[in-house]
Amino acid sequence: MPKANVTFEDINVTVTVPAGTRLIEISEKVGAGITYGCREGECGTCLMRIVAGMANLAEPSMLEDKVLKELMAGRHNRLACQAQVLGGEIVVRPG
Amino acid sequence: MITGKAVEIAAEVYWIGALDPRLREFDIILKTANGTTYNAYCVRGQHGVVVIDTVKASHADEFFTRLEQVAHYEEIQAIILNHLEPDHSGALPELIRRAPQARVYLSHRGQMMLKGIIKDEVLEYIPVGTGDTIDLGERQLRFLHTPFLHWPDTQCTYLEKEGILFSGDIFGCHFCDTRLFNDKVGDFRAAFEYYYAHIMRPFREHVLEALALIEPLPLNLLAPAHGPILRDSPDSYVQRYRQLAAPLLTNEAAKQEKTLLIFYISAYGNTTRMAQAISEGAETVKGVRISLYDLQGGEVSAFVDLIEEADGLVFGSPTINGDAVKPIWDLLSSLALVKVRGKLGAAFGSYGWSGEAVSLIEDRLRGLKLRVPVKGSKIKLIPTDTELEQCHRFGRELALQLTGQTEQRFITLDELVRETNHA
Ligand SMILES: Cc1cc2nc3c(=O)[nH]c(=O)nc-3n(C[C@H](O)[C@H](O)[C@H](O)COP(=O)(O)O)c2cc1C
Ligand code: FES
Ligand SMILES: [Fe+2]
Ligand SMILES: [Fe+2]
Repeated sequence: MPKANVTFEDINVTVTVPAGTRLIEISEKVGAGITYGCREGECGTCLMRIVAGMANLAEPSMLEDKVLKELMAGRHNRLACQAQVLGGEIVVRPG
Repeated sequence: MITGKAVEIAAEVYWIGALDPRLREFDIILKTANGTTYNAYCVRGQHGVVVIDTVKASHADEFFTRLEQVAHYEEIQAIILNHLEPDHSGALPELIRRAPQARVYLSHRGQMMLKGIIKDEVLEYIPVGTGDTIDLGERQLRFLHTPFLHWPDTQCTYLEKEGILFSGDIFGCHFCDTRLFNDKVGDFRAAFEYYYAHIMRPFREHVLEALALIEPLPLNLLAPAHGPILRDSPDSYVQRYRQLAAPLLTNEAAKQEKTLLIFYISAYGNTTRMAQAISEGAETVKGVRISLYDLQGGEVSAFVDLIEEADGLVFGSPTINGDAVKPIWDLLSSLALVKVRGKLGAAFGSYGWSGEAVSLIEDRLRGLKLRVPVKGSKIKLIPTDTELEQCHRFGRELALQLTGQTEQRFITLDELVRETNHA
Protein backbone atom coordinates (compact mmCIF):
# COMPACT_ATOMS: atom_id res chain seq x y z
CA MET A 1 0.00 0.00 0.00
CA PRO A 2 1.32 3.49 -0.83
CA LYS A 3 2.67 5.36 2.19
CA ALA A 4 3.03 8.99 3.07
CA ASN A 5 5.32 10.73 5.55
CA VAL A 6 3.63 13.46 7.52
CA THR A 7 5.88 15.75 9.53
CA PHE A 8 4.41 17.87 12.30
CA GLU A 9 6.80 20.74 12.42
CA ASP A 10 5.79 22.11 15.82
CA ILE A 11 6.72 18.93 17.68
CA ASN A 12 9.28 17.62 15.17
CA VAL A 13 7.70 14.22 14.63
CA THR A 14 7.35 12.39 11.32
CA VAL A 15 4.68 9.73 11.03
CA THR A 16 4.54 7.17 8.23
CA VAL A 17 0.92 6.48 7.32
CA PRO A 18 -1.02 4.59 4.66
CA ALA A 19 -2.36 6.71 1.81
CA GLY A 20 -5.90 7.83 2.48
CA THR A 21 -5.33 8.57 6.18
CA ARG A 22 -6.89 11.78 7.42
CA LEU A 23 -4.64 14.29 9.09
CA ILE A 24 -6.86 14.38 12.16
CA GLU A 25 -6.25 10.68 12.81
CA ILE A 26 -2.52 11.33 13.13
CA SER A 27 -2.15 14.76 14.63
CA GLU A 28 -4.21 14.04 17.72
CA LYS A 29 -2.34 10.83 18.48
CA VAL A 30 1.08 12.46 18.24
CA GLY A 31 -0.10 15.45 20.28
CA ALA A 32 0.67 18.07 17.66
CA GLY A 33 -0.59 21.60 18.20
CA ILE A 34 -3.28 21.36 15.53
CA THR A 35 -6.52 21.54 17.48
CA TYR A 36 -10.07 20.59 16.72
CA GLY A 37 -13.52 21.88 17.43
CA CYS A 38 -16.41 20.46 15.42
CA ARG A 39 -14.33 17.78 13.60
CA GLU A 40 -16.70 18.10 10.68
CA GLY A 41 -15.22 20.82 8.53
CA GLU A 42 -17.42 23.60 9.79
CA CYS A 43 -15.77 25.64 12.48
CA GLY A 44 -12.31 26.27 11.10
CA THR A 45 -10.56 25.55 14.40
CA CYS A 46 -8.29 22.98 12.77
CA LEU A 47 -6.85 25.35 10.19
CA MET A 48 -3.29 24.27 9.47
CA ARG A 49 -0.49 25.50 7.32
CA ILE A 50 0.96 23.18 4.71
CA VAL A 51 4.65 23.97 4.78
CA ALA A 52 5.43 21.48 2.02
CA GLY A 53 3.65 18.88 -0.06
CA MET A 54 0.29 20.53 -0.75
CA ALA A 55 0.04 18.41 -3.91
CA ASN A 56 0.27 15.28 -1.76
CA LEU A 57 -3.11 16.00 -0.17
CA ALA A 58 -6.43 15.16 -1.77
CA GLU A 59 -8.24 18.16 -3.25
CA PRO A 60 -10.51 19.92 -0.74
CA SER A 61 -14.18 19.01 -0.83
CA MET A 62 -16.79 21.66 -1.62
CA LEU A 63 -17.47 22.01 2.08
CA GLU A 64 -13.81 22.51 2.94
CA ASP A 65 -13.40 24.96 0.08
CA LYS A 66 -16.30 26.99 1.32
CA VAL A 67 -15.05 27.12 4.88
CA LEU A 68 -11.54 28.04 3.76
CA LYS A 69 -13.04 30.92 1.78
CA GLU A 70 -15.11 32.08 4.72
CA LEU A 71 -11.99 31.97 6.86
CA MET A 72 -10.25 34.02 4.21
CA ALA A 73 -7.53 31.40 4.42
CA GLY A 74 -4.45 31.58 2.23
CA ARG A 75 -3.33 29.17 -0.47
CA HIS A 76 -1.21 27.22 1.97
CA ASN A 77 -4.00 26.49 4.41
CA ARG A 78 -6.14 23.40 4.80
CA LEU A 79 -8.50 21.98 7.39
CA ALA A 80 -6.85 19.14 9.27
CA CYS A 81 -10.14 17.40 10.02
CA GLN A 82 -10.85 17.17 6.30
CA ALA A 83 -7.52 16.79 4.55
CA GLN A 84 -6.54 13.33 3.40
CA VAL A 85 -3.00 12.33 2.55
CA LEU A 86 -2.26 10.75 -0.84
CA GLY A 87 1.44 9.89 -0.52
CA GLY A 88 4.92 11.41 -0.51
CA GLU A 89 6.21 14.00 1.93
CA ILE A 90 3.95 16.45 3.71
CA VAL A 91 5.01 19.00 6.30
CA VAL A 92 2.37 20.77 8.37
CA ARG A 93 2.12 23.15 11.30
CA PRO A 94 -0.81 24.72 13.20
CA GLY A 95 -2.44 27.91 11.91
CA MET B 1 -37.38 58.18 30.86
CA ILE B 2 -36.95 56.29 27.66
CA THR B 3 -39.58 53.64 28.22
CA GLY B 4 -40.85 52.67 24.82
CA LYS B 5 -39.15 55.58 23.05
CA ALA B 6 -36.42 55.57 20.45
CA VAL B 7 -33.56 57.86 21.41
CA GLU B 8 -31.67 60.04 18.98
CA ILE B 9 -28.01 59.59 19.89
CA ALA B 10 -26.67 61.77 17.05
CA ALA B 11 -28.29 63.49 14.07
CA GLU B 12 -30.60 60.89 12.53
CA VAL B 13 -28.94 58.07 14.42
CA TYR B 14 -31.26 56.32 16.87
CA TRP B 15 -31.01 53.83 19.67
CA ILE B 16 -33.83 51.33 19.13
CA GLY B 17 -32.76 48.64 21.57
CA ALA B 18 -34.47 46.93 24.47
CA LEU B 19 -34.07 47.01 28.25
CA ASP B 20 -33.83 43.88 30.34
CA PRO B 21 -33.49 45.23 33.87
CA ARG B 22 -34.50 42.06 35.66
CA LEU B 23 -32.01 39.68 34.06
CA ARG B 24 -29.65 38.30 36.71
CA GLU B 25 -27.64 35.78 34.78
CA PHE B 26 -26.48 36.00 31.19
CA ASP B 27 -25.50 32.98 29.06
CA ILE B 28 -25.27 30.99 32.31
CA ILE B 29 -21.72 32.21 32.89
CA LEU B 30 -22.22 35.88 33.74
CA LYS B 31 -23.83 37.51 36.74
CA THR B 32 -25.83 40.58 35.83
CA ALA B 33 -26.77 42.42 39.02
CA ASN B 34 -27.95 45.39 36.98
CA GLY B 35 -29.69 43.49 34.20
CA THR B 36 -28.66 44.40 30.67
CA THR B 37 -29.68 46.18 27.52
CA TYR B 38 -29.69 44.87 23.97
CA ASN B 39 -28.65 47.88 21.94
CA ALA B 40 -29.78 48.11 18.35
CA TYR B 41 -29.43 51.19 16.20
CA CYS B 42 -31.00 52.86 13.22
CA VAL B 43 -29.12 55.18 10.86
CA ARG B 44 -30.99 57.31 8.37
CA GLY B 45 -29.39 58.24 5.06
CA GLN B 46 -30.50 59.81 1.79
CA HIS B 47 -31.30 56.45 0.22
CA GLY B 48 -33.08 54.95 3.15
CA VAL B 49 -32.51 53.47 6.55
CA VAL B 50 -29.99 51.03 7.97
CA VAL B 51 -30.72 48.91 11.02
CA ILE B 52 -27.69 47.77 13.00
CA ASP B 53 -28.27 44.62 15.06
CA THR B 54 -31.53 43.58 16.69
CA VAL B 55 -32.37 42.30 20.19
CA LYS B 56 -33.10 39.09 22.06
CA ALA B 57 -36.25 37.39 20.76
CA SER B 58 -38.10 37.85 24.04
CA HIS B 59 -37.67 41.62 23.66
CA ALA B 60 -38.54 41.90 19.98
CA ASP B 61 -41.77 43.86 20.56
CA GLU B 62 -39.91 46.59 22.35
CA PHE B 63 -37.42 46.81 19.49
CA PHE B 64 -40.10 47.01 16.81
CA THR B 65 -42.01 49.65 18.77
CA ARG B 66 -38.92 51.84 18.83
CA LEU B 67 -38.01 51.13 15.23
CA GLU B 68 -41.48 52.08 14.03
CA GLN B 69 -41.12 55.50 15.65
CA VAL B 70 -38.17 56.41 13.45
CA ALA B 71 -38.64 54.46 10.22
CA HIS B 72 -41.12 52.65 8.01
CA TYR B 73 -40.26 49.06 7.19
CA GLU B 74 -40.23 49.84 3.45
CA GLU B 75 -37.48 52.37 4.03
CA ILE B 76 -35.05 49.84 5.42
CA GLN B 77 -32.39 49.31 2.77
CA ALA B 78 -29.94 47.36 4.87
CA ILE B 79 -29.65 45.31 8.04
CA ILE B 80 -26.18 45.04 9.49
CA LEU B 81 -25.38 42.17 11.78
CA ASN B 82 -22.33 42.93 13.85
CA HIS B 83 -22.77 39.73 15.83
CA LEU B 84 -25.15 36.80 15.44
CA GLU B 85 -25.45 35.64 19.03
CA PRO B 86 -29.17 35.30 19.84
CA ASP B 87 -29.16 38.33 22.13
CA HIS B 88 -28.62 40.42 18.99
CA SER B 89 -30.14 38.34 16.24
CA GLY B 90 -33.30 37.25 18.07
CA ALA B 91 -35.59 39.68 16.25
CA LEU B 92 -33.90 39.19 12.89
CA PRO B 93 -36.28 36.61 11.37
CA GLU B 94 -39.25 38.85 12.13
CA LEU B 95 -37.44 41.95 10.90
CA ILE B 96 -36.71 40.22 7.61
CA ARG B 97 -40.37 39.29 7.32
CA ARG B 98 -41.38 42.89 7.85
CA ALA B 99 -38.68 44.37 5.62
CA PRO B 100 -38.07 41.72 2.94
CA GLN B 101 -36.36 44.18 0.61
CA ALA B 102 -33.57 44.90 3.08
CA ARG B 103 -30.14 43.55 2.25
CA VAL B 104 -28.35 41.78 5.07
CA TYR B 105 -24.66 42.57 5.65
CA LEU B 106 -22.50 40.42 7.86
CA SER B 107 -18.92 39.20 8.22
CA HIS B 108 -17.63 36.29 6.16
CA ARG B 109 -17.54 34.16 9.28
CA GLY B 110 -21.11 35.12 10.04
CA GLN B 111 -22.56 33.40 6.98
CA MET B 112 -22.51 29.94 8.47
CA MET B 113 -24.19 31.15 11.62
CA LEU B 114 -26.86 33.06 9.78
CA LYS B 115 -27.90 29.82 8.14
CA GLY B 116 -28.21 28.30 11.58
CA ILE B 117 -30.54 31.08 12.62
CA ILE B 118 -32.85 31.49 9.68
CA LYS B 119 -32.73 27.78 8.74
CA ASP B 120 -34.91 27.12 5.73
CA GLU B 121 -35.80 30.65 4.81
CA VAL B 122 -34.06 31.84 1.68
CA LEU B 123 -32.19 34.99 2.25
CA GLU B 124 -29.78 37.09 0.25
CA TYR B 125 -26.87 38.37 2.26
CA ILE B 126 -23.68 40.19 1.55
CA PRO B 127 -20.50 39.14 3.33
CA VAL B 128 -18.25 42.10 4.13
CA GLY B 129 -14.79 42.68 5.58
CA THR B 130 -12.52 45.53 6.60
CA GLY B 131 -12.79 48.43 4.15
CA ASP B 132 -16.14 47.45 2.65
CA THR B 133 -18.70 50.23 2.84
CA ILE B 134 -22.38 50.98 2.45
CA ASP B 135 -23.17 54.26 0.76
CA LEU B 136 -26.12 56.09 2.30
CA GLY B 137 -25.86 59.17 0.12
CA GLU B 138 -24.08 61.85 2.10
CA ARG B 139 -23.11 59.40 4.81
CA GLN B 140 -21.13 56.23 4.66
CA LEU B 141 -20.84 53.14 6.84
CA ARG B 142 -17.57 51.24 6.86
CA PHE B 143 -16.91 47.73 8.20
CA LEU B 144 -14.12 46.56 10.46
CA HIS B 145 -13.28 42.87 10.59
CA THR B 146 -12.86 42.15 14.31
CA PRO B 147 -13.30 38.38 14.65
CA PHE B 148 -13.50 36.43 17.93
CA LEU B 149 -14.68 39.28 20.07
CA HIS B 150 -16.15 37.05 21.23
CA TRP B 151 -17.51 34.86 18.42
CA PRO B 152 -15.91 34.10 15.08
CA ASP B 153 -18.41 36.36 13.34
CA THR B 154 -18.03 39.61 15.29
CA GLN B 155 -17.43 42.84 13.40
CA CYS B 156 -17.76 46.59 13.95
CA THR B 157 -19.44 49.20 11.79
CA TYR B 158 -18.20 52.79 11.62
CA LEU B 159 -20.31 55.77 10.59
CA GLU B 160 -17.68 57.75 8.77
CA LYS B 161 -18.13 61.52 9.17
CA GLU B 162 -19.93 61.39 12.49
CA GLY B 163 -17.23 59.23 14.04
CA ILE B 164 -19.65 56.72 15.54
CA LEU B 165 -18.48 53.17 16.06
CA PHE B 166 -21.13 50.47 16.40
CA SER B 167 -18.93 47.99 18.14
CA GLY B 168 -21.14 45.01 18.97
CA ASP B 169 -20.18 43.31 22.23
CA ILE B 170 -16.81 45.09 22.25
CA PHE B 171 -16.87 47.95 24.80
CA GLY B 172 -20.19 46.61 26.02
CA CYS B 173 -21.25 45.61 29.51
CA HIS B 174 -24.31 44.27 31.24
CA PHE B 175 -25.70 47.34 32.90
CA CYS B 176 -29.26 48.48 32.40
CA ASP B 177 -29.93 52.11 33.16
CA THR B 178 -32.69 54.05 31.45
CA ARG B 179 -30.51 57.17 31.40
CA LEU B 180 -28.62 55.33 28.64
CA PHE B 181 -25.55 57.57 28.21
CA ASN B 182 -22.30 57.03 30.07
CA ASP B 183 -22.31 60.56 31.48
CA LYS B 184 -25.81 60.05 32.91
CA VAL B 185 -26.02 56.47 34.16
CA GLY B 186 -24.85 55.09 37.49
CA ASP B 187 -21.32 53.89 38.02
CA PHE B 188 -20.87 51.02 35.59
CA ARG B 189 -17.10 50.64 35.77
CA ALA B 190 -17.24 47.34 37.62
CA ALA B 191 -19.67 45.96 35.04
CA PHE B 192 -17.38 47.11 32.22
CA GLU B 193 -14.33 45.43 33.77
CA TYR B 194 -16.27 42.27 34.59
CA TYR B 195 -17.52 42.00 31.05
CA TYR B 196 -14.02 42.35 29.66
CA ALA B 197 -12.62 39.79 32.08
CA HIS B 198 -15.23 37.16 31.26
CA ILE B 199 -15.98 37.76 27.61
CA MET B 200 -12.98 39.40 25.97
CA ARG B 201 -9.98 38.25 27.97
CA PRO B 202 -9.75 34.77 26.42
CA PHE B 203 -9.33 36.48 23.06
CA ARG B 204 -6.58 38.93 23.99
CA GLU B 205 -4.75 38.62 20.69
CA HIS B 206 -7.91 39.41 18.80
CA VAL B 207 -8.53 42.39 21.09
CA LEU B 208 -5.12 43.73 20.10
CA GLU B 209 -5.87 43.22 16.39
CA ALA B 210 -9.21 44.98 16.76
CA LEU B 211 -7.62 47.87 18.66
CA ALA B 212 -5.16 48.34 15.82
CA LEU B 213 -8.16 48.96 13.55
CA ILE B 214 -10.14 51.03 16.02
CA GLU B 215 -7.50 53.31 17.54
CA PRO B 216 -6.81 55.32 14.38
CA LEU B 217 -10.52 56.20 13.98
CA PRO B 218 -11.72 59.63 15.10
CA LEU B 219 -14.37 58.76 17.68
CA ASN B 220 -17.23 60.92 18.84
CA LEU B 221 -19.32 58.11 20.16
CA LEU B 222 -19.00 54.42 20.91
CA ALA B 223 -22.24 52.52 20.49
CA PRO B 224 -21.83 49.01 21.90
CA ALA B 225 -24.46 46.27 21.84
CA HIS B 226 -24.89 46.16 25.63
CA GLY B 227 -24.92 48.76 28.35
CA PRO B 228 -24.35 52.52 28.30
CA ILE B 229 -23.72 54.41 25.08
CA LEU B 230 -20.28 55.92 25.43
CA ARG B 231 -20.46 59.52 24.23
CA ASP B 232 -18.39 61.16 26.96
CA SER B 233 -14.69 60.55 26.16
CA PRO B 234 -15.23 57.42 24.08
CA ASP B 235 -11.46 57.21 23.56
CA SER B 236 -10.92 56.45 27.21
CA TYR B 237 -12.75 53.13 26.80
CA VAL B 238 -10.54 52.23 23.87
CA GLN B 239 -7.53 53.07 26.01
CA ARG B 240 -8.90 50.97 28.83
CA TYR B 241 -9.13 47.99 26.47
CA ARG B 242 -5.53 48.63 25.49
CA GLN B 243 -4.54 48.47 29.16
CA LEU B 244 -6.63 45.41 29.87
CA ALA B 245 -5.13 43.57 26.91
CA ALA B 246 -1.60 44.16 28.18
CA PRO B 247 -0.09 41.19 30.03
CA LEU B 248 -1.34 41.18 33.58
CA LEU B 249 1.99 40.13 34.99
CA THR B 250 5.30 41.24 33.66
CA ASN B 251 7.50 38.28 33.15
CA GLU B 252 10.83 38.68 34.88
CA ALA B 253 12.15 35.73 32.98
CA ALA B 254 14.41 36.88 30.18
CA LYS B 255 12.60 37.36 26.90
CA GLN B 256 14.06 34.35 25.17
CA GLU B 257 13.40 32.20 28.22
CA LYS B 258 10.41 29.83 28.18
CA THR B 259 8.28 29.34 31.26
CA LEU B 260 7.12 25.95 32.48
CA LEU B 261 4.64 25.70 35.35
CA ILE B 262 4.22 22.46 37.26
CA PHE B 263 1.03 22.14 39.33
CA TYR B 264 0.58 19.12 41.54
CA ILE B 265 -1.35 17.82 44.46
CA SER B 266 -0.55 14.82 46.59
CA ALA B 267 -2.02 13.04 49.58
CA TYR B 268 0.92 10.82 50.55
CA GLY B 269 3.76 12.62 48.83
CA ASN B 270 4.22 10.22 45.92
CA THR B 271 3.01 12.66 43.33
CA THR B 272 5.04 15.36 45.09
CA ARG B 273 8.21 13.35 44.63
CA MET B 274 7.41 12.91 40.98
CA ALA B 275 6.86 16.65 40.61
CA GLN B 276 10.25 17.38 42.13
CA ALA B 277 12.02 14.92 39.85
CA ILE B 278 10.24 16.37 36.80
CA SER B 279 11.24 19.86 37.84
CA GLU B 280 14.87 18.81 38.29
CA GLY B 281 14.86 17.10 34.92
CA ALA B 282 13.52 20.20 33.24
CA GLU B 283 16.18 22.29 35.00
CA THR B 284 18.88 20.47 33.04
CA VAL B 285 17.77 22.31 29.92
CA LYS B 286 18.95 25.89 29.48
CA GLY B 287 16.48 28.63 28.66
CA VAL B 288 13.55 27.40 30.71
CA ARG B 289 12.26 28.93 33.90
CA ILE B 290 10.52 26.27 35.97
CA SER B 291 8.03 26.92 38.74
CA LEU B 292 6.49 24.33 41.01
CA TYR B 293 3.12 24.86 42.72
CA ASP B 294 1.26 22.74 45.22
CA LEU B 295 -2.42 23.20 44.44
CA GLN B 296 -3.21 22.55 48.06
CA GLY B 297 -2.94 26.02 49.48
CA GLY B 298 -3.06 27.77 46.12
CA GLU B 299 -5.65 30.20 44.87
CA VAL B 300 -7.12 29.31 41.49
CA SER B 301 -7.49 32.86 40.16
CA ALA B 302 -3.84 33.71 40.84
CA PHE B 303 -2.76 30.56 39.03
CA VAL B 304 -4.94 31.48 36.07
CA ASP B 305 -3.03 34.76 35.71
CA LEU B 306 0.27 32.86 35.74
CA ILE B 307 -0.99 30.33 33.24
CA GLU B 308 -2.04 33.02 30.80
CA GLU B 309 1.61 34.07 30.45
CA ALA B 310 3.24 30.63 30.58
CA ASP B 311 4.53 28.54 27.69
CA GLY B 312 4.10 25.09 29.21
CA LEU B 313 1.77 23.60 31.82
CA VAL B 314 2.21 20.32 33.66
CA PHE B 315 -0.41 18.88 36.00
CA GLY B 316 0.16 16.13 38.53
CA SER B 317 -2.56 14.29 40.39
CA PRO B 318 -2.95 10.95 42.11
CA THR B 319 -5.84 8.79 40.98
CA ILE B 320 -8.55 8.88 43.61
CA ASN B 321 -11.69 6.88 42.94
CA GLY B 322 -10.86 6.58 39.28
CA ASP B 323 -10.33 10.28 38.69
CA ALA B 324 -7.92 13.17 39.11
CA VAL B 325 -8.72 15.22 42.20
CA LYS B 326 -11.03 18.20 42.37
CA PRO B 327 -8.43 21.00 42.78
CA ILE B 328 -7.00 19.93 39.40
CA TRP B 329 -10.40 20.10 37.75
CA ASP B 330 -11.16 23.38 39.47
CA LEU B 331 -8.06 24.88 37.96
CA LEU B 332 -8.58 23.30 34.55
CA SER B 333 -12.17 24.45 34.43
CA SER B 334 -11.07 28.02 35.08
CA LEU B 335 -8.87 28.15 32.02
CA ALA B 336 -11.75 29.04 29.76
CA LEU B 337 -11.03 32.62 30.89
CA VAL B 338 -7.61 32.80 29.29
CA LYS B 339 -6.02 31.70 26.07
CA VAL B 340 -4.18 28.41 26.47
CA ARG B 341 -4.48 27.14 22.92
CA GLY B 342 -1.19 25.91 21.54
CA LYS B 343 0.68 25.89 24.85
CA LEU B 344 2.60 22.77 25.79
CA GLY B 345 0.67 20.50 28.15
CA ALA B 346 1.50 17.34 30.08
CA ALA B 347 0.29 15.23 33.00
CA PHE B 348 1.71 12.91 35.64
CA GLY B 349 0.75 11.20 38.85
CA SER B 350 1.05 8.32 41.24
CA TYR B 351 -1.69 5.72 41.36
CA GLY B 352 -2.71 2.55 43.13
CA TRP B 353 -4.13 0.12 40.60
CA SER B 354 -6.05 1.75 37.75
CA GLY B 355 -4.41 5.18 37.37
CA GLU B 356 -7.02 7.02 35.29
CA ALA B 357 -5.99 10.51 36.42
CA VAL B 358 -3.16 11.05 33.95
CA SER B 359 -5.03 10.21 30.78
CA LEU B 360 -8.12 12.09 31.96
CA ILE B 361 -6.00 15.20 32.47
CA GLU B 362 -4.34 14.70 29.09
CA ASP B 363 -7.74 14.45 27.43
CA ARG B 364 -8.80 17.63 29.12
CA LEU B 365 -5.61 19.40 28.02
CA ARG B 366 -6.26 18.34 24.43
CA GLY B 367 -9.81 19.54 24.87
CA LEU B 368 -8.43 22.90 25.92
CA LYS B 369 -6.41 22.82 22.68
CA LEU B 370 -2.99 22.46 24.19
CA ARG B 371 -0.45 20.33 22.37
CA VAL B 372 0.39 17.23 24.36
CA PRO B 373 3.34 15.63 22.57
CA VAL B 374 4.98 13.91 25.54
CA LYS B 375 3.12 10.98 26.99
CA GLY B 376 2.19 11.39 30.62
CA SER B 377 4.20 9.85 33.42
CA LYS B 378 2.43 7.34 35.71
CA ILE B 379 3.95 5.52 38.64
CA LYS B 380 2.37 2.85 40.78
CA LEU B 381 2.30 3.89 44.44
CA ILE B 382 5.73 4.79 45.81
CA PRO B 383 8.22 5.78 43.11
CA THR B 384 11.53 3.92 43.10
CA ASP B 385 14.80 5.63 42.21
CA THR B 386 14.58 4.20 38.71
CA GLU B 387 11.07 5.55 38.37
CA LEU B 388 12.16 8.95 39.61
CA GLU B 389 14.82 8.88 36.91
CA GLN B 390 12.01 8.35 34.39
CA CYS B 391 10.32 11.41 35.83
CA HIS B 392 13.58 13.28 35.48
CA ARG B 393 13.76 12.33 31.80
CA PHE B 394 10.11 13.24 31.35
CA GLY B 395 10.83 16.72 32.74
CA ARG B 396 13.86 17.11 30.53
CA GLU B 397 11.88 16.02 27.49
CA LEU B 398 9.21 18.63 28.25
CA ALA B 399 11.82 21.35 28.53
CA LEU B 400 13.39 20.26 25.25
CA GLN B 401 9.98 20.39 23.60
CA LEU B 402 9.45 23.86 24.99
CA THR B 403 12.72 25.15 23.63
CA GLY B 404 12.29 23.41 20.29
CA GLN B 405 15.32 21.19 20.83
CA THR B 406 13.76 17.78 20.42
CA GLU B 407 15.37 15.52 17.94
CA GLN B 408 13.19 14.56 15.05
CA ARG B 409 11.28 11.42 15.82
CA PHE B 410 10.09 8.92 13.22
CA ILE B 411 7.16 6.66 13.90
CA THR B 412 4.57 4.72 11.93
CA LEU B 413 0.85 5.11 12.40
CA ASP B 414 0.62 1.52 13.69
CA GLU B 415 3.23 2.16 16.37
CA LEU B 416 1.49 5.36 17.29
CA VAL B 417 -1.85 3.61 17.66
CA ARG B 418 -0.28 0.92 19.85
CA GLU B 419 1.39 3.59 21.96
CA THR B 420 -1.81 5.53 22.53
CA ASN B 421 -3.81 2.42 23.34
CA HIS B 422 -1.35 1.52 26.07
CA ALA B 423 -1.58 4.92 27.70
C1 LIG C 1 -9.70 7.40 48.82
C2 LIG C 1 -8.73 6.87 47.80
C3 LIG C 1 -9.19 6.43 46.59
C4 LIG C 1 -8.32 5.95 45.63
N1 LIG C 1 -8.82 5.59 44.44
C5 LIG C 1 -7.97 5.11 43.50
C6 LIG C 1 -8.46 4.71 42.22
O1 LIG C 1 -9.65 4.76 41.95
N2 LIG C 1 -7.60 4.29 41.29
C7 LIG C 1 -6.27 4.23 41.54
O2 LIG C 1 -5.50 3.90 40.64
N3 LIG C 1 -5.76 4.57 42.75
C8 LIG C 1 -6.58 5.01 43.74
N4 LIG C 1 -6.09 5.38 44.93
C9 LIG C 1 -4.65 5.19 45.20
C10 LIG C 1 -3.81 6.43 45.04
O3 LIG C 1 -3.84 6.91 43.73
C11 LIG C 1 -2.39 6.08 45.43
O4 LIG C 1 -2.37 5.84 46.77
C12 LIG C 1 -1.36 7.14 45.09
O5 LIG C 1 -0.08 6.63 45.24
C13 LIG C 1 -1.53 8.35 45.95
O6 LIG C 1 -0.60 9.26 45.52
P1 LIG C 1 -0.16 10.54 46.39
O7 LIG C 1 -0.77 10.42 47.69
O8 LIG C 1 1.30 10.53 46.49
O9 LIG C 1 -0.59 11.74 45.64
C14 LIG C 1 -6.94 5.86 45.92
C15 LIG C 1 -6.48 6.31 47.13
C16 LIG C 1 -7.36 6.82 48.07
C17 LIG C 1 -6.81 7.31 49.37
S1 FES D 1 -12.41 20.86 13.49
FE1 FES D 1 -13.99 22.19 12.86
S2 FES D 1 -13.36 22.51 10.79
FE2 FES D 1 -11.99 21.03 11.41
FE1 LIG E 1 -22.10 38.03 22.30
FE1 LIG F 1 -24.10 40.27 23.32
